[in-house]
Amino acid sequence: MKVRVSVQLKPGILDPQGKAVEQGLHGFAFEVEHVRIGRLIEMDIPGTDPAEVKAKAQAMCDKLLVNPVMEKASIEVL
Amino acid sequence: MRVAVPVFPGSNCDHDALHACGTVMGWDTIPVWHRDTRLPENTDLVFIPGGFSYGDYLRCGAIAALAPIMADVKRHADQGGLVMGVCNGFQILCEAQLLPGALLRNESLRFIHAEVYLRVERADLPFTRAMKAGEVFRVPMAHAEGNFTLEPADLADLEARGGVALRYCSARGEIGADHVPNGAMNGIAGIVNLKGNVLGMMPHPERAVDPKLGPTGGMGMFRSLEAAFSKV
Repeated sequence: MKVRVSVQLKPGILDPQGKAVEQGLHGFAFEVEHVRIGRLIEMDIPGTDPAEVKAKAQAMCDKLLVNPVMEKASIEVL
Repeated sequence: MRVAVPVFPGSNCDHDALHACGTVMGWDTIPVWHRDTRLPENTDLVFIPGGFSYGDYLRCGAIAALAPIMADVKRHADQGGLVMGVCNGFQILCEAQLLPGALLRNESLRFIHAEVYLRVERADLPFTRAMKAGEVFRVPMAHAEGNFTLEPADLADLEARGGVALRYCSARGEIGADHVPNGAMNGIAGIVNLKGNVLGMMPHPERAVDPKLGPTGGMGMFRSLEAAFSKV
């Protein structure tokens, strides 16, 4: 099954990249705030049970995909 | 004294480490390929060099932390062997969970290459024992992700247990936000684990030991290691 893992910096963790992009958007006169930049990971995981597949993706997050000191993830089974 | 220097694809300070440990200090220094599964017999110190291991993919140090050689580095550390990680080596040790915390992008967003002053916070470690607590030394830093970060409660724990080995400071040893080049919490430049045998630091002492190449502010750390081993 197709799985999408979205990895975001935790609230409160400085995101200089987001800040720079926000400033860039302000340069175009867009009204915008709290721009945060994360990472989107898509993959195929064998299985047919969405709950089981999601649990596998969670294990991947715990092992490698996410650094819990600074990041959090949300998992979507498509 | 035998030193192993793990080399990952993208390591670029491995030769600085080999030069400092091998040529300058005269230690038996052996490069070890990341795919190897065993450190050389009787390794005393594992020196994890700086660079951009695996292109900094995913997160700095995240992929290197999973390299085959790292399992033996962990075994070495668990048995009390010394491990020192500099720059990307520090990031790898954090990702391998041999040290707490994470190194985020510098607050300024920029790669910073500069000479910085460090204050010795712990002078009782094998990495610092030839120096005095409060002593200031000057070494280069060269990184884009050195902004040390930890959850507030964990940071308080780290400070309380004396886990901070080195802090950024002024030439006179004053600490404070003005003297922190990268935004690191509490001006932390280097930390040690609970047992005091694994140290990670962002600046590069190994680039400041050879008088033929320039200043030698990093020598105190190498003299410390030598003293630690001559007593073994």
